[in-house]
Order: sequence, then structure tokens, then C-alpha cells
Amino acid sequence: MTRSLIDSMSTEYIVGIDLGTTNSLVAFMQGDTPVVIPGDDGSNLVPSVVALDENSQPVIGNSARRYLIETPERAVYSIKRLMGRGVEDIQEELKLFPFRVAEDLQPGEVLRIKLGGKTFTPPEISALILRQLKRNAERYFGAPVTKAVITVPAYFNDAQRQATKDAGRIAGLEVLRLVNEPTAASLAYGLDKKQNGIIAVYDLGGGTFDISILKLHDGIFEVIATNGDTHLGGDDIDNLLITIALDDIRGDLGLDLRRNAEAVQAIRKSVIEAKIALSAQPSVKLDIDLPGGKRYQREITREQFEQLIQPIIDRTVGPCKQALKDANLKPEQIDEVVLVGGSTRIPKVRALVKEMFQREPHVDLNPDEVVALGAAVQANILGGGSEATQNMLLLDVTPLSLGIEVAGGVTDKIILRNSTIPASATQFYTTQVDGQANVAIHVLQGERELAKDCRSLARFDLKGIPPMAAGIPRVEVKFLIDANGILHVSAREQRSGKEAEIQVQPSYGLTDDQVENMILDSFDNAEEDFRRRQVIEARNETATILAALEKAKKSPAWAHLTSDEKKRIAKMEKALTAVNQEDDYQAIRKAIDALNQCTMRLAELMMDTAVSSALKGKNMDETDLGEGPTAPHPMAKAEFK
Amino acid sequence: MRAAHFCASCGKVQPPQPADYFSFFGLPPKLTLDVTALEKDFYELSRRLHPDLSVRASAREREWSLEQSSLLNDAYRTLRDPIKRTQYLLRLEGVELEEQSKAATEQARATGEVKKQIVPPDLLEEVFELNMQLEELKMNKQVGDDDPSLAGEISKHKVALEAKYEQLLQELQSYWKEWDAAIDRNPAESAVAERTQIIGKMVDVLNRRNYIRNLVRDVNAALEE
Repeated sequence: MTRSLIDSMSTEYIVGIDLGTTNSLVAFMQGDTPVVIPGDDGSNLVPSVVALDENSQPVIGNSARRYLIETPERAVYSIKRLMGRGVEDIQEELKLFPFRVAEDLQPGEVLRIKLGGKTFTPPEISALILRQLKRNAERYFGAPVTKAVITVPAYFNDAQRQATKDAGRIAGLEVLRLVNEPTAASLAYGLDKKQNGIIAVYDLGGGTFDISILKLHDGIFEVIATNGDTHLGGDDIDNLLITIALDDIRGDLGLDLRRNAEAVQAIRKSVIEAKIALSAQPSVKLDIDLPGGKRYQREITREQFEQLIQPIIDRTVGPCKQALKDANLKPEQIDEVVLVGGSTRIPKVRALVKEMFQREPHVDLNPDEVVALGAAVQANILGGGSEATQNMLLLDVTPLSLGIEVAGGVTDKIILRNSTIPASATQFYTTQVDGQANVAIHVLQGERELAKDCRSLARFDLKGIPPMAAGIPRVEVKFLIDANGILHVSAREQRSGKEAEIQVQPSYGLTDDQVENMILDSFDNAEEDFRRRQVIEARNETATILAALEKAKKSPAWAHLTSDEKKRIAKMEKALTAVNQEDDYQAIRKAIDALNQCTMRLAELMMDTAVSSALKGKNMDETDLGEGPTAPHPMAKAEFK
Repeated sequence: MRAAHFCASCGKVQPPQPADYFSFFGLPPKLTLDVTALEKDFYELSRRLHPDLSVRASAREREWSLEQSSLLNDAYRTLRDPIKRTQYLLRLEGVELEEQSKAATEQARATGEVKKQIVPPDLLEEVFELNMQLEELKMNKQVGDDDPSLAGEISKHKVALEAKYEQLLQELQSYWKEWDAAIDRNPAESAVAERTQIIGKMVDVLNRRNYIRNLVRDVNAALEE
């Protein structure tokens, strides 16, 4: 296996990202412990709020929050609620959230929302948040970060997952894996506790609810069943309180503020603070300045609050019961319940969980950070693992049954919910008419009997079926759900052996081309900016490879090179150093590749020397390969899986 | 068997060989199976084949890993469930129970006819009585009558059917023993006549079991309305 010199030296930072409805975080594994990387304002949490300032420059996080109140049409929050969804399914959302849908939206087109005079798709907005996290991490490491693990609600469907992956790509991140949020939380928990058993993860966030039941044994985290509600979270509690406040104000003060965006946002900010305070205090006083100099004051007790939110939190009971049923377990058989998500700080929620599972929930881990920390653990596992994560393996499941629409508008389930992924199913299709070249397939996700009650995932057109009499072709279609929970389809006509071409129309999604275009015309990366970033990144790589070369020259492997090889390396090194001073990033990359090419054997030899030294009983420190964090020792270990 | 999935010396995933689920686990095509041992194998193989381990490998390795692990999961899911295992073996022997059933259902839907169900002979009397009672229940509901004793009768039938359902699993397991013995005696494909007979008996049990399951489901639906 060939490796490059860069591979041998670079400490590749793979980060774990929690892209949340309310807050987002980025974390990585530092030695044995996952840690959250703070933003430049020092806070671990980046509010998932995006705004465009007066110069149409994006503002993300804490600094974007004031735009929500001052110029609400320039800001957006809880964009996660729109990911992977079409305009038809967000009608309820539109009533409760100030999303402004683009006027010229065609049916079946990807959703676009208005922000500060421009329009954006939800993945583009999420990409801005991801880019902010990426930059926070790069600032922290002083090195480029291009790979990440991103978490999604376990109950997210295929379109929602695709949208998240697209957002990563638009932000310049290679998404190595999408991990389900409860599973990620269990990783953080399991790393901490190192115990075998059955755990339930109850994850009530800002916009989504997940319940997952896992079996932990010998480092294997096996999901047995999962369920949830992708439109249930803290936001719903906030909206209820806002509605009550607005009704109060209309009743008491005769003011109808429902259309007043600034006032609504001011009320929202206030009720959120009140909600949080009520977790610690028995009562709280709302005191809001309204337009026209009026004031709204109201006291809320914890009892009143709990009564109000009971119907909302009761909605978590159904999914929990179903998950237990699917897992074939009774609540007594659960060893531990782990709470995730800010909304689980509410005492009534904790009481509900305690009642359902007949035990005190585990509250040691920070419910805001645990998902990001778990993502960092998974990032570490994917990157080759360290001592702490050596034996860890995630076995997750698909949350929704996958089906095909058949005659009569009925769904034929081909992969059942809670099947361990990756999972596949094969179906055979034939033609109805002589010479028919295409077959249409409609794929759905959901548990209902009728196709119209399930979620349309995509329509596939199988093209290029060789002309034959009706009923003769036997097209084998393979449906594969990968480790991210995303569907892949391949097809082959068996009699001719020909691969049928598949054209996918993703429902509510972006095509590959659209995503590509978004990466390049990200509006804050004008040609110039983009180019400048490329140059910086290329120069970073140059620094890395030249440092690697310096160390390599000191290693015993260097002596094994022929003088011709050494001359070539010297020549390429000189060329790279020269072109590095200039601004042509493509030329710099070419020079890096050239140097990599001619140092391949050197890299191999260094590996061998390391190996034979290790086998002789020497350890890495003794083989004089240099000191410091860039010594190849960790890489050598990763090779021997 | 193990060495085929990944290289014995360097541990890297190998291209998936076309295999049936039994040989994937290195098992003979026999129906009695140690599920605990199977589970242990499943975890061991998962540790070696899971895509998480090959994220940084070449595209080809990643593809193999994806295929191998989906095959592993599909195989495990099928073999560890007694009915799925039986159905799978029957499919290997050329009996397409599911496809036949689906085709019949689709045709029924397309023509609007009721799908023909063959009533298992030993249940004829029970089913006849039950159907009459269900009809009565439906008519009562239409006129707003409620006869609690009728519901009680229907429930009793349901319980009897559920007991038969359980018995059928045991009957199936006795045919498993026959099948396994036949394989042991003569692993060659040539012992067709003997196997065909056993296959026939298993198909019959599965059909009867399905019939009862559908009937119980209909009864539950009727009682809940």
C-alpha cells in the first residue's frame, strides 16, 4: 500500500460536530478525552442563528442574535427544522416560525427562504454554521480542518440526512460519517463509564425528539430500537409561551402584535429566559418592553408552566413505548437512562422520564455537550482510533422502514425499521410492454400501509433496459442503506448482464450539480477570497511536507536512497520552495504532488525502518525519528489494525 | 471461512464472494442453529468488516466493506429468526413463498378480487364458525347492537388459534430435525426426492401459520372497532 510523506506526518484533525436546532458545537478527541472547541468569544455553544449584516456579510452565532430582535428579516434560527423538507410539509412550521419562503418557489423545487434580500436553501444556511465551527477548529489547531463527523437526529429520514451531508460539502467539509445523536451520546457515556448493559437515551432538543435503546457490551454499541418525532422540542414549548403572551397582550392591552416581527422576537427572548429560570426557581416574572412604550408583565409559577407544557412532553411517551416494544424489552430491563438535550433540564421532563423508566435518569453528562463529545469519539474511531477507543464499534439501525410503491398505491416494505445498517434488499422488476426501456420506481420511508401516508424518498427511473418482449427482462434492483442511513440504488438487467442506469430525482433535495455550484459561489467567497483561502491552505500543506522531509532526512531510511533519488528530491524541494512564494495555488499543489511522488519510496522505507526497529524491541523514541507532536509514531500504530 | 472475508495476515477487507447466508457464516445449510454462537460470530465479523474501519482506505476497499457488512447484517438478521431462516432455506431450494404470495396479492389488488386463501383442513370448522360470528358482529355494529357474549366467543376462538400458531412452530422444528438428518445422511444435491418431501411439509406449515396470523389480525381489527 502506498502512502505519501504527507500522510506519514500530518496529524489529521477529524472533528465531531453537533449541528443542533438551537445550538451547534465542534469537538475533538484530545488524548483520551473528548473536548469541545470554543469559539473566539470563548463560549462552547454556537447558537444556530444566521444573519446577514448591512454589507450582506454572514454573521453566525451569538453575534447574530441581536439581528433577530433588531432586524428580524435579516436573521434566521432553527433552520434544522427545514432541512430535507418540501414547502408542502412545512405549513405548520410556517405558522409558528418566522421563516419567509421565497415567493417564486415552484412545487417540487428545493425550499428557499429569504434572508436579508437574498434567498438560500436550508443546506446553505446550515453550511454557514458549519463553516463557522470549521473556522473555530482551525483557529484552535492552527491547521486546516477538512474532515468531520456530523450528528443527525436518529429519526431523520433519507432526505434530511442528505441535506445535512450537502451542508457539510458546501462548507468545505468531507463528512466521513453521519452519526445518530442518541448513539453519539451513548459513545460519550460509554467511554466514561466502560460498563456493559442496556441503556436508553432520551434526547429532547430544540426541535427534535429521539429515544434510542442500546446494548453496550465489550466496546460494541449496538442500537436495538429507535423512535422519535422530528417536530418536537424546546421550540414548541417556546411557541406555546409566546402564543399565550401574545393573547394576553391583545386581551389586556388591546395590542395585536402577531405581525410585529421585532416584538415577537423580544417576547421570544424573554419567554426562553423565563423557561430556563423556572428549572431552578419556583416562579419567574416576565417583563417585556413593547412598542409604543407599553409594558407586559406577568408572573408564571412552575406549576402553571408544567401544566401548560404537559401535552407537549406527553408526546414523548408514545415513541418511548414503541421503542421498548420494538426492542422487546420492559422498562425494568433498562439499566440506565441517559438524558440529552437542553430541554431535559426541565424538572417535569425528568419526572416524566423517571416515571416511564422506573429509575432516576443519569444526569452527570452535560446535556448540551454530550452529543458533540460523542461525535468526537466517533471521529477518533474513524481516524484510526487511539488507545481509549481501540475496541469501540458502533452498530446503528435505520429508523424507518424502506418501501416501494406497488399496484394499488400500497407500500411494500423491503427493509424493516430497526434493521442494523448497512442493510440491503433486492427486488426484481420486469416490463409491461414490448421493448419497454424504462421502469419507474417510487421509494418511500415510513410504517404506513398506503404510499401516500409515507414519506416519498425518491423516484428512480431505470433506463437502458435492452429491448425485449414484455415480461422477459429481469431487472435486479439492489437497495442499500449505508452506515450513514442513506439509500443507494444499483440495478442490473440479469439476462443481458447490462447495468441499468439510474436517474434519481431526490424529493426535496439538491442534485450533485446544485451542491457543486453552491460550494463555488458561496456568497462570502468572492473569487478573490476563495482563491486566497486556497493559497493559504496550499501553503499550509507545503509547510507540513517540508517539515516532514526535514525529519525524514534525519532518519535511517534516508541512507537507503540512491543518489539519483536524493537529487530528484532536492530538485522538487527547491521547486516547491520557489513556487510557494507566489500566489498560484494550483502551481503550489502541483509542486507538492511532484514532491510527494518522488518521496514515496522514502515514506515506505521509513515505515519499514519503524517496523523493524519496533520488532527488534526498540521503541519509537529510540529510533531518532525526531521529537514533538509530528513524530510518526501514532501513524505507525494505526497501520496495524 | 473467516479468511475469505478479510486477509488473514494484514486484516484488510476482501472483495465479497457470492455466497449464501449459511456459507457466509461457515455453516452448513441446516435449520437447527446455535443462535448464541451465531451472535458471537456476528460481533466478531462486525469488528472486522464494518465500514467505520475502512473510512481512510481506498475507494475499492470502502466499497467492499460496505457490501460485506450489509451482507453480514442481512445474513445475521435472516438466520437468527427461525421463520426467516426457514423461508430463506426454502428460497435457496427454489421455493419462492414470498414472491408467490406477493404476486397473488398484487394480482388480487389489480383485478379487485379477493385473494384466494386456502383454508387449512384442520381448521375448517373453526374458521367457518369464526367467520359467521365476525359477520354477526359486523351486522350488530351496523344496527348499533352490542352483544358482549359474542365478543367473548370470538375471543375464545382467537385464543385457540393463537395456541395452534405456537404449536405450528414446534411442528416446524420437528421438520427441521428431519431436514438436518437428511443433509447429514446425504449432503449431495442428488437426494432430491427425500428433500422435496420435507420441503413440502415445511411449506405447508408456513402457509398454515400465515393463514392463522392473518385471521387473528382480522379478528383483532374487528374486535377493536
